[in-house]
Amino acid sequence: MAAASRHGIYVPRLKPARDEIVMRVLIALLGLWLLATVALPLWSLLSKSFQDHDGRFIGLANYLRYVSTPSLLASFWNSLFVALITTAIVIPVAFVYAYALTRSCLRWKGLFQALALIPILAPSLLPAIALIYLFGNQGFLKSWLLGGSIYGPLGIVMAQVFYCFPHALMILVTALSMADARLYEAASALGASKARTFFTVTLPGAKYGVTSAGFVVFTLVLTDFGIAKVIGGRFNVLATDVYKQVVGQQNFEMGAVVGMVLLIPAVLAFFADRVVQRRQMAVLSTRAVPLEPRPSAARDRGLFVYCLVVAGFLLIVLGTAAWGSFVRFWPYNLSLTLDNYEFSKFDAAGWSAYTNSLQLGAWTAAIGTAIIFLGAYLVEKSRGFRVVRGFVQLLAMLPLAVPGLVLGLAYIFFFNARWNPLGFLYATMGILVLNTIAHFYTVGHLTAATALKQLDAEFESVGASLKVPFWTTFWRVTIPVCSPAILDIFVYMFLNAMTTVSALIFLYSTDTKLASIAVVNMDEAGFTAAAAAMAMAIVATSAALKLAHLGVAALLARKTQAWRHRTR
Amino acid sequence: MASSPNAAAEKFLRIEALTKRFGKFTALDRVDLEIFAQEFVCFLGPSGCGKTTLLRAIAGLDPQSEGSIWQAGVEISALPPSERDFGIVFQSYALFPNLTVRANVGYGLKSRGRPRGEIVARVDELLALVGMPDAGAKYPSQLSGGQQQRVALARALATSPGLLLLDEPLSALDARVRARLRHEVRALQRRLGITTVMVTHDQEEALTMADRIVVMNHGSIEQVGTPEEIYGKPASAFVADFVGTMNFIAARVTAAGRVDASGLALHCDTGAFAAGASVQVCLRPEDVRVRAVTAQTQNAVALEIEEIEFLGAFGRASLRAAGFPGLRLVGDFSSNLIHDHALRPGVSLTVALPSERLVVFARA
Repeated sequence: MAAASRHGIYVPRLKPARDEIVMRVLIALLGLWLLATVALPLWSLLSKSFQDHDGRFIGLANYLRYVSTPSLLASFWNSLFVALITTAIVIPVAFVYAYALTRSCLRWKGLFQALALIPILAPSLLPAIALIYLFGNQGFLKSWLLGGSIYGPLGIVMAQVFYCFPHALMILVTALSMADARLYEAASALGASKARTFFTVTLPGAKYGVTSAGFVVFTLVLTDFGIAKVIGGRFNVLATDVYKQVVGQQNFEMGAVVGMVLLIPAVLAFFADRVVQRRQMAVLSTRAVPLEPRPSAARDRGLFVYCLVVAGFLLIVLGTAAWGSFVRFWPYNLSLTLDNYEFSKFDAAGWSAYTNSLQLGAWTAAIGTAIIFLGAYLVEKSRGFRVVRGFVQLLAMLPLAVPGLVLGLAYIFFFNARWNPLGFLYATMGILVLNTIAHFYTVGHLTAATALKQLDAEFESVGASLKVPFWTTFWRVTIPVCSPAILDIFVYMFLNAMTTVSALIFLYSTDTKLASIAVVNMDEAGFTAAAAAMAMAIVATSAALKLAHLGVAALLARKTQAWRHRTR
Repeated sequence: MASSPNAAAEKFLRIEALTKRFGKFTALDRVDLEIFAQEFVCFLGPSGCGKTTLLRAIAGLDPQSEGSIWQAGVEISALPPSERDFGIVFQSYALFPNLTVRANVGYGLKSRGRPRGEIVARVDELLALVGMPDAGAKYPSQLSGGQQQRVALARALATSPGLLLLDEPLSALDARVRARLRHEVRALQRRLGITTVMVTHDQEEALTMADRIVVMNHGSIEQVGTPEEIYGKPASAFVADFVGTMNFIAARVTAAGRVDASGLALHCDTGAFAAGASVQVCLRPEDVRVRAVTAQTQNAVALEIEEIEFLGAFGRASLRAAGFPGLRLVGDFSSNLIHDHALRPGVSLTVALPSERLVVFARA
């Protein structure tokens, strides 16, 4: 049990506790899980990009072919171009909206907040379809474009603005809510004007939020597949190139190269964001006094009109898609019908695509939430075992940097490999679930870790001193206290499984076709109204889920308010 | 090292050559310590001195890098916390927020498979013991800090551990509650006769509660002794400075029993210091004697009062020696004395620095 060692110094050889052994076994299993669902697939993708069609290593030949093919290289610049333009539009628009929500006495704040989140409920294809209805070849606002075409960068950027708006807004709202009232009191005591206060206090205070939102939007646009697919026309971007190389031309090696090209800017943006966020930690003071906005008639009225316009744009896009889904033959016969919802007329999978999506959502949410929360608990609360824990943590963060399209492509290579014993999962619901959990792992992990960090670090020590095994404390204390976060993760996983397209477009089979995939396919086949109808079915489901989430959360809060309210 | 007040008592806890390193930082450096059964011991020291590290090593929460620990005759050096025998109260209390007081206190009992009736009776007994018989149905967030602390104590005692570890249990409380709980915790400990180790950075807490105090600094033990020994006979300049207020007078040993402090010749016990050694002579402010002092009294010195800081029952006077420009002292004078001798700033008086109260340490 203990041994005398060098220089006669007594070094106890620690006897590991049973708890510790169980935890380590579980962490190791989690590590293997992440290895198989994140790291190894990406490795397969990377190695594929250095191979020829017969699997021989050919060094950088594929990459050289990529840079010497003008049409492929053009997509790279196109992607950067629309990502930058969209970021430049979304950030200021979302900033003012966030400012209105956090720093003014706006009327109907809750409503504006809810409306702003609409795009999250929809697959990214929806705004693209709606814009085609409005400005497309048959669109009745086509003349507004003065001869320009919606099919191309214009449509992509407009749809992306809709799609990315809530993502930027949430980050900016958080950044702007963390204001320190004392700084504003100091500024006004020193006689600073409103404008000067804005530029010397408000903006610097939110700058990390702004950069972070910028990185998020940039990455979203760069890696999104659905919008460019539907409304991009002949304007190629990286995401559509990957799809075309793999699905259209069956050129897997070039697909892998484009995937890597897509991965690089996403990874760079990811690390830049990490650096920025780390610096923010030091800036935040724990003694800050929260800022309570004071009414100001002119400002509040101005911001009200502004929010009305922005929310109106979101509603018009959603409303157009909804209307289009009920219209018999846009724009010539605007009489209403439910025909477009009879999906079997347009697509062999029919409504089964929708039920498949529900199934995927339920499995992903149930299994994903369990693994993610337990995993975050193990990483946060176990002792020692530092190398493996660090490794698991890295793998848990990695998916955030990996575009869905890249992860999906990586799965093709990994699960199709002849040597892979997991190959039986290929073309099943199982692989879709594994992929979706991996794709959205990081945000769930961070949510869980944040909630766990707020628990007293000594709960496990108390349990050990009372000789209670850790799983008892985990079950009796950790899970109940973290139940709101667990619920958040569950809903997040479910919603994303319902709306995502990018990774799954490579992995579905005829038996496991999903609603969001059906939108792409039906749009491709020219059944725009049916595509809109399926997109609306997804929106309705997501909205119902979100409402149920709010209801359950409120119920939970009421049930636990006896112990959850703040300590005096 | 000072001996225990009850030297015959069983050595309950024995710590030998304990070292703890965090990377390159040595938090504990070959610490030796013995704690007797039923004793209340305080680890006292500034933050970062290693006192909490030592406590957590005893609990097995942060095991030592080297060295051994024995408890009740059994070596526990390598055992995980769950196989050691202790109850612990943290500064944050770490009460489970979603469980009632009753469930918190009974937490360790339930998993031992005791019959339900027995658990209920034991929890009632413990709640009565900490003076909260009616709080069982409440949640921790509905209790004041002091009440939460008592619940944490009851939970730690529930399984009748052989050793109670307290990690700054009172430091999150306001001054009044803290003072009251000091007495309650101490009385409870005496009643149960449980060997207790408490970590604190508050010297007053240590002096009022402990049977023995372990003063620590830079990962080492500076002194172990009763509160009287620690206060009256500090073993090092650090202890002298850290516990209570102390005058430090720079001096040089001139002969055995004699020192020279900036020209002022003083009698004192110079111990092992040879003539010529640079030393500092220490004296508590309350030991500056005023009554019945004449110029002929040993170690008499004429001083002028610069300022008197009012502290309620007494005043703390800043004193300057007229003949010796480098010599400055503070003296604590009772309000009575200040009144009787009409002491106020600008007044000159002759005081004595009693030789038996002067303690001499080396000067760096």
